[in-house]
Amino acid sequence: MAEFTMPSLGADMDEGTLQEWLVRPGERVRRGDPVAVVETAKSTIEVECFETGTVGELLVEPGRTVPVGTPLALIETEPREPEKPRRKPPRGRKPKATPPPEAIPPPLPEPAPAGVQESPVAPPPEERPQHEAVPLVRRLARERGVDLETLHGSGLHGRISRSDVRRAAARQPRARITPLARRLAGELGVDLSTVSGTGRYGAVRADDVRKAAAGPATALVSDRAEPARTAAEPARTADDRAAAMRRTIASLMARSKRDIPHYYLSTTVDMAAAMGWLREHNRRGPVGERVLPAALLLKAAALAVREVPALNGFWTEDHFTEGDGVHLGVAVSLRGGGLVAPALRDADTLALPQLMARLKDLVTRAREGRLRGSEVSDPTITVTNLGDQGVESVLGVIYPPQVALIGFGRVVDRPCAVDGLLGVRPTVTATLSADHRATDGAIGARCLTAVDRLLQHPEEL
Amino acid sequence: MGPGRTDERKTTYREALREGLREAMRSDDRVFLMGEDVGRYGGCFGVSLGLLEEFGPERVRDTPLSESAFVGAGIGAALAGMRPIVEIMTVNFSLLALDQILNNAATLLHMSGGQLPVPLVIRMTTGAGRQLAAQHSHSLEGWYAHIPGIRVIAPATLEDARHMLAPALADPDPVLIFEHGVLYNASGELGPPAAAVDLDHAAVRRSGTDISLITYGGSLPKALMAADELAVDGISAEVVDLRTLRPLDGGTIAASVARTHRAVVVDEAWRTGSLAAEVSARIAEGSFYELDAPVERVCSAECPMPYARRLEEAALPQVTDIVAAAHRAVD
Repeated sequence: MAEFTMPSLGADMDEGTLQEWLVRPGERVRRGDPVAVVETAKSTIEVECFETGTVGELLVEPGRTVPVGTPLALIETEPREPEKPRRKPPRGRKPKATPPPEAIPPPLPEPAPAGVQESPVAPPPEERPQHEAVPLVRRLARERGVDLETLHGSGLHGRISRSDVRRAAARQPRARITPLARRLAGELGVDLSTVSGTGRYGAVRADDVRKAAAGPATALVSDRAEPARTAAEPARTADDRAAAMRRTIASLMARSKRDIPHYYLSTTVDMAAAMGWLREHNRRGPVGERVLPAALLLKAAALAVREVPALNGFWTEDHFTEGDGVHLGVAVSLRGGGLVAPALRDADTLALPQLMARLKDLVTRAREGRLRGSEVSDPTITVTNLGDQGVESVLGVIYPPQVALIGFGRVVDRPCAVDGLLGVRPTVTATLSADHRATDGAIGARCLTAVDRLLQHPEEL
Repeated sequence: MGPGRTDERKTTYREALREGLREAMRSDDRVFLMGEDVGRYGGCFGVSLGLLEEFGPERVRDTPLSESAFVGAGIGAALAGMRPIVEIMTVNFSLLALDQILNNAATLLHMSGGQLPVPLVIRMTTGAGRQLAAQHSHSLEGWYAHIPGIRVIAPATLEDARHMLAPALADPDPVLIFEHGVLYNASGELGPPAAAVDLDHAAVRRSGTDISLITYGGSLPKALMAADELAVDGISAEVVDLRTLRPLDGGTIAASVARTHRAVVVDEAWRTGSLAAEVSARIAEGSFYELDAPVERVCSAECPMPYARRLEEAALPQVTDIVAAAHRAVD
């Protein structure tokens, strides 16, 4: 009887979440068979069994997070066949005790490589799958998307080394994208990783890009906006995801600045009434239900946009379409870099405590990468609040195909004239970036003055 | 342009060339024709038939079978102020005169510091398709297009056959005219030139939006036929006739690729180191970001041109090859 344990899938991994069992008790497994799906901080990985036998009891339920080394299941092993060498050592060369330097010697410095605690000896060669490789190499192969089955190992006994995997990864074809398609994708702001090619050998061609550009807002800044990839492809690493997100943001923002004639307005809002009201409100309520100034600002923005619907919607194909409600895209910066702007749906109808709760939930889930499809797909206007980053104002870049973006800076005490006297008041700089194709400055101005007016009556928000 | 116009009539490529020669000799008495069998026999391909009778043996001169000698004589005559037109029977034989062409005709202006222009015109037959086997059938015009100091032209239409000689003679530098053997019998209506025929521009012989078929000389009719077939398949092919192989009109090529984003280069020469290679390279250099498919080339098989008819057909670019290449690029 052997234990199948939570493997260490990287030097920095100290726990993992069992997502799914791929086997059932009583099922026969062979060494190398995937038996469970484990989610780590970096990616989701199928974990192979290191023993041949029959699956006994499953000790951990899916969904539980356990430390590395925790037994996950019992495996009834079979008696070993006698060991015999698969190959004679080459004539004239002494069989070496250590594998060549490229092959990573099995005893890793880290916690037990994976799987089974017993069986310190290497299993007999007959049982080895063709793609014998140590976990480090397996991980590299996974990260690089190399199928070990296709490799011939250059190490001792055909063992696959890291350099074998690197060489194979280097041989893998890049995505085929024609030069014109690549250029068009840049011009149209299409994320090429979301486009599937129809050309020879799956090449992405100009038509594919045009179709993708014509489709519904494909270029959302979210790795969730890239469906259909995950199933077929190996789990992407956090670095890959960050790089993909960066590219998406890059193309989207470049498209915005290229296509959208932005105009910018700004006004300084006296926040004395709002902050006073907020302090009073929070003093009365329980700590968990405190409302942050950000919620007030968002609510004011949502109501202002409802008054000026020309800013709430999309500019597509040379005309403006009004949104079907005020869905505020809330820009959330992610800890690993990057940005998402999920929608706070119908923000204008939410009571403040409700809005605050939704905002907290949204930000938490955005940072965990667990947004829902509708949340990333349909904001009608974006609000960015860089106040918590310490700056006083932000002139944002509009999210195409939206037509406006409202920005708030930090609430800061400033000297200002109030009723003919100089006073120190909390103020915030509200800005509006708007698409001059859809609206003119007069309409934008109505929106910002509405924000100002609404914030003077916080009790009505 | 009514049907009754007298200058619009049925003619052949051969007759159009002859008309061009006749006009040149009538209008400038410095012009004379020489080469193997151009006089009494009327030219190996019958181009100069009747010119000896009209202009006499002084101006239509049969030469000994020495390409080096009579091309050299032509260079000397050009240096001395004449406007010689030298006919070489086929491009394969022109290799015997390559020394004269490359080392003298193409270099003298440069080596004399601009004092000695060589206003020489050399005509020769090129190409296969007539079962003349491996010593009379090759397409080596691409080799000449490699040489700075000369101009290389390839008339592919009746109009160009008729009207390219005059600007070639007017050019102060050596001009090589490549007449494709299968075109001599091409016939059609030849009207007055729509515009002055120049030696600087490629011509779009048919407009299209999906793919550019870029070709010249004897392959032009094949490309036009391929364009017809592609139209049936719903592919709109543009056909570009290079006309001048040196200097290449890169602008017309680039403009066409910018419209269609795909290109097939059709060249009867061998693929390796060919004019097709040069055109492909220019597209890659100048139109890379316009390309929506790899450039395709349709060239001759890399073997000495076979004599047997079926084998010769198999070795040459055919309409079906061009259509297939276009489909590869578009589908």
